[in-house]
Amino acid sequence: MTDDLYRDYILEHYKHPRNFGEDLDPHDLQGLEHNPLCGDELEVQIRIKDGRIDDLRFNGHGCAISQAAASIASEELKGMALEDVGQLNADWAIGLLGIPVSATRRKCALLGLKVVKGAVTGDNGWPVSDGYNS
Amino acid sequence: MSAAVRQPNAFVAAPLAGEAGIGGSLDVRGDFPILARTFEGRRLAYLDSGATSQKPAVVIETMSRHYREHNANVHRGVYALAQEADAAYHEARRRVAEFVGWDAKTTIFTKNVTEAINLVAYAWGRHNVSAGDAVLTTQMEHHANIVPWQRLCRETGAQLRYLEVDQRGELSLEQLDAELARGDVKLVAFAHVSNVLGTIVPVAAMTERVRAAGALSLVDGAQAVPHMPVDAAALGADFYAWTGHKTCGPTGIGVLHGRAEILEEMEPFLTGGDMIASVSFEGATWNELPYKFEAGTPPIAEAVGLGAAVNYLSGLGMKRVRAHERELTAYMLERLSEVPGLAYVGPPEAGTRGGIVSFTIEGMHPHDVAELANRGGACIRAGHHCAQPLMQRLGVGATARASLGVYSDREDVDALIDALLAGREVFGLDG
Repeated sequence: MTDDLYRDYILEHYKHPRNFGEDLDPHDLQGLEHNPLCGDELEVQIRIKDGRIDDLRFNGHGCAISQAAASIASEELKGMALEDVGQLNADWAIGLLGIPVSATRRKCALLGLKVVKGAVTGDNGWPVSDGYNS
Repeated sequence: MSAAVRQPNAFVAAPLAGEAGIGGSLDVRGDFPILARTFEGRRLAYLDSGATSQKPAVVIETMSRHYREHNANVHRGVYALAQEADAAYHEARRRVAEFVGWDAKTTIFTKNVTEAINLVAYAWGRHNVSAGDAVLTTQMEHHANIVPWQRLCRETGAQLRYLEVDQRGELSLEQLDAELARGDVKLVAFAHVSNVLGTIVPVAAMTERVRAAGALSLVDGAQAVPHMPVDAAALGADFYAWTGHKTCGPTGIGVLHGRAEILEEMEPFLTGGDMIASVSFEGATWNELPYKFEAGTPPIAEAVGLGAAVNYLSGLGMKRVRAHERELTAYMLERLSEVPGLAYVGPPEAGTRGGIVSFTIEGMHPHDVAELANRGGACIRAGHHCAQPLMQRLGVGATARASLGVYSDREDVDALIDALLAGREVFGLDG
């Protein structure tokens, strides 16, 4: 059975998230964000080298969508220049996820990007789209 | 568990024993127009009544008729239409007060329970609580019964303490006794029924102890009044608050009952129109109860709608409502136990809890549980249910919550169970 939302790779990332743990030693940046809607919590540790993300670890708990989104994004974020991280928006994170995200699940999909951008830029706002900012 | 913890159960069971001859099953789904809706061909299984109830046609039509035929502002007009509006508002208050055995004169309309509790925290708390005093609440409260007291205590230098919730999801009367024996408690604020655990708290046993210690009690009845017979006066509360929209009535109206001597002594909460006796450029004197606490144009149509709602519920009989929900709660607990990996919080017997069941499923986040339940037409909530401190106490980040209303039936519960079992398959938990 193919599920629109809970596709095999989403559940795969949820059950075996990449770059998860709290053992990135040493690390240069860290951040912690909550999704007040569902009580999710996500922490990140980031190591920087030559102005780029050298390595990172997520840690926390959340739904399949938020965990898979963070896991998938973590693979793209490794090696990315910090100034490029600052430019990432909601469309990037949701596009990477590759599933239809309803309005109520949007914040689940964006929590990972939010905590990374917060750690890198100090901007703790929810990532917005190119178009409608919600 | 100690005897002090058992006692609540005995207390709760007593009035229910008299319901033995009352038919446990209500069939009023047809009274609620929204329940005729389908989602992708599936019947609506509304299991989120703890968040807000659905409204019977009689409430919707009564409010519509009020606006079509009787609308005018209250308390000022001499013309016939304004007198009709006055009479409707007055009659609504009488019915609402009578519904929980309180006097209309000391029954104040607010916006919701949150505003009712804030009213007490400001208008009573700021004049009666000071450094060296304590306010006591519990670990199972909704944020509405925590944050106003945190603020009051921060502003006055008083201490805020919490009664603990045990593994059964219950409070200990022994701990209440110990807290009261410290001699500094001015007010004890607690829920009648927990919005997460479903626990029915032994209100009368609590208020008796609080009164004996010379403190006041405030009871948050938001999850009790819609679901069981409540006689707020007999329960001995000094303040008792509940809300319209969870009680088959409209949003935008809450109710605060207060003991007359206390309300008379209190300063107003909000000031402005309607709540004054006279105003000059130098000052003002306050109107009599309950108007002293109702500044500005009140929620008139909402009061009329709530009057119709309590009339509707009284017509069904609150003992029958409780018997129906109790039986359905037992059925829901039984069916939930068929779902592998499911664990719920709160008392295990339907007799000591309201129709609220919060649960987790191993391997599935509550948000995903709610999403998958929705696919079967089942509306349940996922999250911290405005009770983050309790979630910390339970050691969970969030739970899924199914909650019953007067219109709920076994088909609703079956739809939820089927959806949860199908959800486990989606997540590959059964292979």
